[in-house]
Amino acid sequence: MIPAAQAAAEAHGFLSPTGVEIAFLLVGLVTLGAALVTVTTRQLVHAALWLVVALGGLAVEYLLLTAEFIAWVQVLIYVGSVVVLLLFGLMLTKAPIGRSPDADSGNRPAAVAVAVAAAAALVWVVVDAFRTTWIDLDGAVQGSTKVSGEILFRHWVLPFEALSVLLLAALVGAIVLSRKKKEGER
Amino acid sequence: MHLVYPAVLAALLFAIGVYGVLARRNAILVLMSVELMLNAVNLNLVAFDVWLRDTLHAGQALTLFTIAVAAAEIGIGLAIVLMVHRNKGTADVDRLRDTAEDPHDSSDETSTDGTSGGTPTGEKAEATA
Repeated sequence: MIPAAQAAAEAHGFLSPTGVEIAFLLVGLVTLGAALVTVTTRQLVHAALWLVVALGGLAVEYLLLTAEFIAWVQVLIYVGSVVVLLLFGLMLTKAPIGRSPDADSGNRPAAVAVAVAAAAALVWVVVDAFRTTWIDLDGAVQGSTKVSGEILFRHWVLPFEALSVLLLAALVGAIVLSRKKKEGER
Repeated sequence: MHLVYPAVLAALLFAIGVYGVLARRNAILVLMSVELMLNAVNLNLVAFDVWLRDTLHAGQALTLFTIAVAAAEIGIGLAIVLMVHRNKGTADVDRLRDTAEDPHDSSDETSTDGTSGGTPTGEKAEATA
């Protein structure tokens, strides 16, 4: 994983990675660790709270990639609403607060095998393909709010409107699904 | 910055999400793992958008759309999980075996098959749970 990336960087004479790279690496390690704890912890509420760390780390990664608007949208929507929704769901389904021994199902070895195979294949392909590719982070900021607003409302207006209709449909669907049915109905 | 850093991070996050989807029992934890996978895709989109310096910024626009779709998905998913929990008394994906081919309870399977699993069978399952 990371050693492979470092080896690829050193092969191209990057003896001293830039500060952005070091920051990206450290925040990426924190994100990966938080994601691992999220999928392996036996305390369900802790999983949701570690998910906050993982998603916040990803927001920092977006900031390091100069995509500011995406980063703040990530913080607002994921950390702000999705995790709160997940916590609501955990509470409403009467999830056990302490550690629950049956958090993992019986097909855990198969899951580990599939995940390791997927990780190995993806990392191998990605490292092999982009060994000699660098992102140029200098110059103008790629994803400031001004730039994002301009491209979103100049070139992507139609998908944007379709997406708002989709969100409305999802809202109506969630209300219909979670509405308590009366006795005589249905 | 080397492009491999965000690409490898996204690949590993995706693999972690795959593990979570396959190994977790609670449906809400499965939804969390799906969120991790979607975020891995988002990181890839942003990284490649910044690398290619796309004039339309298709990657970032698509990331915003993915985030919105993920929000819709989590809303609908939680509503479904809550409805299943209300009807069956559990949010455990291993115990929701209505559509599984099991020779032992084939009589129960026909009544709760598909979307026709309405209020009477749900109440029965809740009473037994």
